[in-house]
Amino acid sequence: MTPLATWVLRLFAVAVVALLLAPLVIIVLFAFDRSNVQTFPIRSWSTQWFSVAWHDGAVRSALWLSVKAGVGATVIALILGVMVSVGIHRFRFFGRDVVSLLLVLPIALPGIVTGLALQSAFGLVAVQLSLTTIIIGHATFCIVVVFNNVIARLRRTPDSFMEASSDLGATPLQTFRYVTFPLLRTAIIAGGLLAFALSFDEVIVTTFTAGAQNTLPLWIFGAIRLGQQLPEVNAVVVGVMVLTIIPITLAAKLSNGETSVKSPR
Amino acid sequence: MFDQQQREAGAALWRRPWLRAVATLSPPLLWFLVIYLASLVALLITAFFQVDSLTGNIVYQWTGSNFSQLFTQSVYATIIWRTILMAVLVTVTDVIIALPFAFFLAKVASPRTRQWFIALTLLPLWASYLAKVYAWINILSDKGVLPDIERTLGLPVTHLAYSTVAMWLVFSYLWLPFMIMPVYGAFERVPDSLLEASADLGARPWYTLRRVLWPLVFPGVVAGSIFTFSLTLGDFITPLLIGGSNANFIGNAIYDSALNGGNLPFAAALAFVSIAIMAVYLVVARFFGAFEAL
Repeated sequence: MTPLATWVLRLFAVAVVALLLAPLVIIVLFAFDRSNVQTFPIRSWSTQWFSVAWHDGAVRSALWLSVKAGVGATVIALILGVMVSVGIHRFRFFGRDVVSLLLVLPIALPGIVTGLALQSAFGLVAVQLSLTTIIIGHATFCIVVVFNNVIARLRRTPDSFMEASSDLGATPLQTFRYVTFPLLRTAIIAGGLLAFALSFDEVIVTTFTAGAQNTLPLWIFGAIRLGQQLPEVNAVVVGVMVLTIIPITLAAKLSNGETSVKSPR
Repeated sequence: MFDQQQREAGAALWRRPWLRAVATLSPPLLWFLVIYLASLVALLITAFFQVDSLTGNIVYQWTGSNFSQLFTQSVYATIIWRTILMAVLVTVTDVIIALPFAFFLAKVASPRTRQWFIALTLLPLWASYLAKVYAWINILSDKGVLPDIERTLGLPVTHLAYSTVAMWLVFSYLWLPFMIMPVYGAFERVPDSLLEASADLGARPWYTLRRVLWPLVFPGVVAGSIFTFSLTLGDFITPLLIGGSNANFIGNAIYDSALNGGNLPFAAALAFVSIAIMAVYLVVARFFGAFEAL
């Protein structure tokens, strides 16, 4: 490549990264704007909106619901995700590809389909929408995140470790407890962190499974739509952003570029 | 004693691998069958019911009226085409930006720059969805950042918020990292020696790009387009928040009839339209070898 072409390409790449980051920077700056009405450039700075948001009862209960839903979904996704990845990795059986496809389906199909499908099912069997239904919806699309992380680790781990363990007389549970689990530990933690981040930020499926309750993203969605409490929305949105980015960064560190922090959906 | 029993159980399991397979796989598979697949079936069944216009309750009686309504009323044809058109437009935009960017990352940038740029691409991918949409409202609206910059520079002021252009911009922004990552992966898998060989054999750069690189990267582009397409198809939030009055996509029609109109059966029928579109898309993508590039 000619030096000129390289420079043009480099400038283009810098421009793309700048464009990708600009909205995030702007939203963080606005959260520290003292004024009631967002105007640019920002005249005076303040952290008051964070404290307003923190003391707002509606925001608090939404945050609490989001945390409960995130933790519940993560626990289920971890248990089922580890089981299915160990199973798929260890055994060859008819329909193995179908199982992998099934796992990806909740994120390959538009989220609104998953949401609406769950809503119609809950309707048909007359289940009231509640925290449980939110957790069920979130767990369904979080399983694949755990699966991706754990299966990538399994593929790099020699099977002979587990075989040696049972040759030495360990029960399957002991093998899992003392051999498989320690090998998978960081992949499992990374998967769990990603699952929590995904659940904590989800709006579309939640819209259909939450009923009258608000998770934090649902509260944000409602507030933006009605155009109310906008300075407070800024602060809450930055809070959600930080709370999703921290687990993602940790997960990326733990899995060391081995798997997909790449595609959450 | 208990230990002995456990060990015997372990040996029994070892001799019968199918038993262990059933034990490890049945809980997750049951979850998917009982909750996810059953829900999709419930969705399909619901699509063939109807809502009583007086009481607003679902009448559990088979009817194809939802689908015939979909195919006969021109409003829905318009909505479906508008959605597909937007998905195509967003996908093309993201491909055009992602190709040179991913090429730079994979083949030109130093390892250090590459690492940083990848991290900076993944950051907005994982940052809160609503935060990004809200940021764009603050950028595009009349009192927002963009008109302000334009005023300071003495340029004509744009009124982009609440328009189709705004939706196109925001969608393209939101899904761009989903396109960059698989395209970057595809570029990375092309060995440099291939490009050198092409040049040694007398191909000009443009020719190498078209005849050597493009066919190898294409599966990555299709893989990325599965995300951009599916995500645009299922979104109702971006159109609602930044699309203004003519923001009527399949997602919005589903959302409106399910949650505001109380017509779950009709929403279910609409959802099957987007499943059908995605199914066709996935079959075509598979044909182009996109699944290996995911």
